[in-house]
Amino acid sequence: MAEVLVLVDHVDGAVRKTTTELLTLARRVGEPSAVLVGADASAAHDTLARFGAAKVYVVSSADVVDHLVAPTAEVLAQLVERTSPAAVLLPSNGESKEIAARLAIKTGSGLITDAVEVADDLTTTQSVFAGAYTVRARVTAGTPIITVKPNSVTPVEAPAAAEVVPFEPVLSQAALGARVTERRPRAKTGRPELTEAAIVVSGGRGTGGDFAAVEAFADALGAAVGASRAAVDAGWYPHANQVGQTGKTVSPQLYVASGISGAIQHRAGMQTSKTIVAVNKDEEAPIFELVDFGVVGDLFTVLPQATEAIEKSRG
Amino acid sequence: MNIVVCVKYVPDAQAERGFEESDLTTDRVGVDGRLSELDEYPVEEALKIVEAGEGQVTVLTMGPQGAADAVKKALQMGAHAGVHVCDEAIAGSDAVATSLVLARAIQKLGEAGPVDLVLTGMASTDGVMSVVPAMLAERLGLPQVTYASELTVDAAARSVQARRDGDAETLLVTAQLPALVSVTDQINEPRYPSFKGIMAAKKKPVSTWTLADLGVDPAQVGLAASWTTVEQVSARPPREQGQVVKDEGDGGLKLAEFLTAGKFV
Repeated sequence: MAEVLVLVDHVDGAVRKTTTELLTLARRVGEPSAVLVGADASAAHDTLARFGAAKVYVVSSADVVDHLVAPTAEVLAQLVERTSPAAVLLPSNGESKEIAARLAIKTGSGLITDAVEVADDLTTTQSVFAGAYTVRARVTAGTPIITVKPNSVTPVEAPAAAEVVPFEPVLSQAALGARVTERRPRAKTGRPELTEAAIVVSGGRGTGGDFAAVEAFADALGAAVGASRAAVDAGWYPHANQVGQTGKTVSPQLYVASGISGAIQHRAGMQTSKTIVAVNKDEEAPIFELVDFGVVGDLFTVLPQATEAIEKSRG
Repeated sequence: MNIVVCVKYVPDAQAERGFEESDLTTDRVGVDGRLSELDEYPVEEALKIVEAGEGQVTVLTMGPQGAADAVKKALQMGAHAGVHVCDEAIAGSDAVATSLVLARAIQKLGEAGPVDLVLTGMASTDGVMSVVPAMLAERLGLPQVTYASELTVDAAARSVQARRDGDAETLLVTAQLPALVSVTDQINEPRYPSFKGIMAAKKKPVSTWTLADLGVDPAQVGLAASWTTVEQVSARPPREQGQVVKDEGDGGLKLAEFLTAGKFV
């Protein structure tokens, strides 16, 4: 059965949910081989095995870790050469899309980014123009390289061997041009990660900088907290939490927009959420065109009231 | 410092964008085009770098006739010269072909004098793939310092350092020039063209190049050359507005009810 290479998305060796989604998709197409760069397999092995990785190529070369994007692209190109896989699947974050981009040129392969679905014949589905269109596409040259958005598929366990295979790449001088001189890990908030969360509650200009009501409501729902561009530009919330065209794109089960007017750049980041709710003082706000449920009112009274009701119903 | 900024002319994101029925390519004719918003940031950054020392900013684009507008806007902001690669055979090109053409154009610009820095934005607002900058770095053999939210250029040491904010961590990345740098919308506040800038732009040199000028075989670009194919495009039915209530002292309760009924609680 043909191998499918899956680039593992991890934080210090702990496998992220997106990887389990990629492995699930990979199994539709062939036998998944995880590619783990920048950590040993100790923390990752269990999850990779549970979700179907037949093999885990482990790359521990310091040069790969210490230089941006280019060496990982060479690693994958050399693995493609060695294993002739049916496809290469990667997550849709910035770094992985860049790796995929360089890999496409190195291997003469077509590249599809931000797929929300991958069929067993490698046909992909994408959502484009801020969710206005759905596109079905296919790679027609080389080894299909596909990056997949988070929350595209429910991960399914399918225990496999996850045989560890150390891999030493041969890196070119050109790949070592951009050196990482410092890493600053992001402080953990204790809330779910924005792109992976089932529920996202976002705050915008209407918060006036005070996210307390938004956060309390999010916590009552076990949700991630997002922010509009206006809120981030004003310095009220970190850019890492920005939902929108130049921030993160999310597609959770439930998206609650509080004090957010709903400009197109924001909508591009959340328009494909399954259920959309908004709270805004302005009944003309464009966000209300999208909602399954909306409250025209002050988020500083509506959200706390809802939070209290939810907490009470939990008893 | 000789800087080339790559920019894209895109359908206005505020307008109703769509696709050509005949070949499923992006409709670039039926919708007003403009310089991609996200490309104002690298133009601004290039101008700041050159204003802090000395040098020249050349803006480069590949696109249909209308793309000359994107070059014009950048010249109005203060760029010194423009290059517009325009050729019928390019229509329908994918990212791979786009990077091929832009790379050749940058190499051709380099013949007139070494290019120190290639600057791009973080993504186009139509394709939103964010892959062309990395592809350019690959093709040109340049170090890639991408998604920079903060950038320091040391002209004397001929190095660049960038702050790159990822999902789980922030990185500081450094490289020697010549390099390829992409910048995010966090990096600066693009200037509005002044009246003086708008007038001055009219006299700035703009070259129009064809594929033949670049030595690019038309068979390598365009729709037929693409390594991917679009099989179907369908419009999503617009979301129908659900229930919207006015808060009359119970808005929060109604919200909680909705969430409970939807099993979100």
